[in-house]
Amino acid sequence: MRALGLLMLLLVSLAPARAETLITSLSNHRVLINSNYTGTEIAVFGAIERDAQTVARATVYDVVVTVRGPRQFLTVREKERLGPVWINQEQQKFPSVPAYISVMTSRPIEEITSDQLRQRQRIGLAALVNSNDFTTGRDGADRPFRDALYRLKAQEGLYIEDERGVTFLTPDIFRAGIPLPATAPPGNYDVDVTLFADTVILARTTTNFELVKTGFEERIGVVARDWSLFYGLATAVIAIFFGWLANVIFRRD
Amino acid sequence: MPVSVLLILGMGAAVGFISGLFGIGGGFLMTPLLIFLGIPPAVAVATQSAQIVASSTTSVLGALRRNALDHKLGAILVAGGFVGSALGVWFFAAARRAGQLDLVIVISYVTLFTIVGSLMLKESIREFWHRRKGGTVRLRRRAGEHAPYLGWPLRMRFYRSKLYVSVIPILGLSLFIGFAGALLGIGGGFIVVPALLYIFRVPTTVVVGTSQFQIVCTTLVALILHAITNQAVDMVLAILLIVGGVFGAQFGARMGRHLRAELFRFLLAILLLAVGLRFGLELVLQPEEPFSISVQEVRT
Repeated sequence: MRALGLLMLLLVSLAPARAETLITSLSNHRVLINSNYTGTEIAVFGAIERDAQTVARATVYDVVVTVRGPRQFLTVREKERLGPVWINQEQQKFPSVPAYISVMTSRPIEEITSDQLRQRQRIGLAALVNSNDFTTGRDGADRPFRDALYRLKAQEGLYIEDERGVTFLTPDIFRAGIPLPATAPPGNYDVDVTLFADTVILARTTTNFELVKTGFEERIGVVARDWSLFYGLATAVIAIFFGWLANVIFRRD
Repeated sequence: MPVSVLLILGMGAAVGFISGLFGIGGGFLMTPLLIFLGIPPAVAVATQSAQIVASSTTSVLGALRRNALDHKLGAILVAGGFVGSALGVWFFAAARRAGQLDLVIVISYVTLFTIVGSLMLKESIREFWHRRKGGTVRLRRRAGEHAPYLGWPLRMRFYRSKLYVSVIPILGLSLFIGFAGALLGIGGGFIVVPALLYIFRVPTTVVVGTSQFQIVCTTLVALILHAITNQAVDMVLAILLIVGGVFGAQFGARMGRHLRAELFRFLLAILLLAVGLRFGLELVLQPEEPFSISVQEVRT
């Protein structure tokens, strides 16, 4: 009887936290890249629904949108001085990291939730890059390599953090724009939307979109990868043809 | 990667002009330029080989029509070149796997260009000096006096080139050129021509045609091998380079007929040394960003 009472109490106390549901939708589930593609933006729309018995919260909602691109096996190398020259020496392998990450938030991420929760739930770019599944830790020796990866990827516009990326249109409806630069590789992109209030996660949804290469360039890419002998021969034939053409056009005797 | 089409065409034309001016392939200039532009060395080297194939096809066809080609000597050079090319592409792939390809390319450029450039510079200054003093330019070696390795076994007679020499040094030379060509994205004409002229004393009438014949064959093999093993050939970039280069070379060749030979060699030497120096600086100066990322594999 006491156990049941405790359970009831627990359920009641949990009820407000479970009361919000998150509904999200992407403007596009398939982005086509053709030869004059220069990057695009995908919009995420979301609505927060409260059931009838939940009272309105005193604090505002916060939303974090995390987008992860296709995975790559990367090696980060560091040039060090060896005698008079600089050469690649130390290296750190990143076996499976997203080629693209963007984190859009409605407020600076430090204000949304605590450090521990960010690390545990991998909220925010820094938490993602420093997580254990990014690369193997080597007692701090991995640190500069993680930083370098973050820095280089950010320079390329592939690791993005925008603390004003999510805007609330009404207290319950928000919108975020996911910037996709031209260098974002084709593949599957996971979109994670997390709802916070009072530094606590209330709800989470996951959806995805796909970046697909089409047209001439894609066909050339496929041929170069899967039909490399044919591709090499074709390039050779083109080269010889142009050489012959020049000989015919500019004949001097 | 986003690089301006017009820039590539313009560079192709400029390098083509210089190559036509000096009667050389231009790979040794174009590949470094592409690398300095930010194109990955692997792609620059592999793609430039397509441009070399195109420009040397033009020269070989011209040489064939003028009958300025020693087929037999060419065939021997090609045989050695094939082996060298295959070794070069293999070494290229191995260095790339080890993450040291950029280093290998840079060091090779520095070494090769400094040596060849200084030799040429010395030679051309000596010629200038002799002319200044009013004396005629003296051949350093008299006829009938040969380097000892030309008399090694496996001697062969090359009628067109008026040669009777061992094939071993010829194979050695072509092996080296094939290797360097595949590794560095150069045809190697600027090494083969002087070597054939000064070491083997092949007559000037056939030397360019024969060396171009070797270059077209070995570079063709290197191009196809690069496409298969390294998948670093970019067809679109190749076409842009070829189109720019072909036209530039014609104008360069027209200009070149008004330039004096030793001035030629002097300018070429300066050019080689400048490229070598530029690579050398890259190696010695502290990099702004010591870290670099390379994509091992894409997981989908």
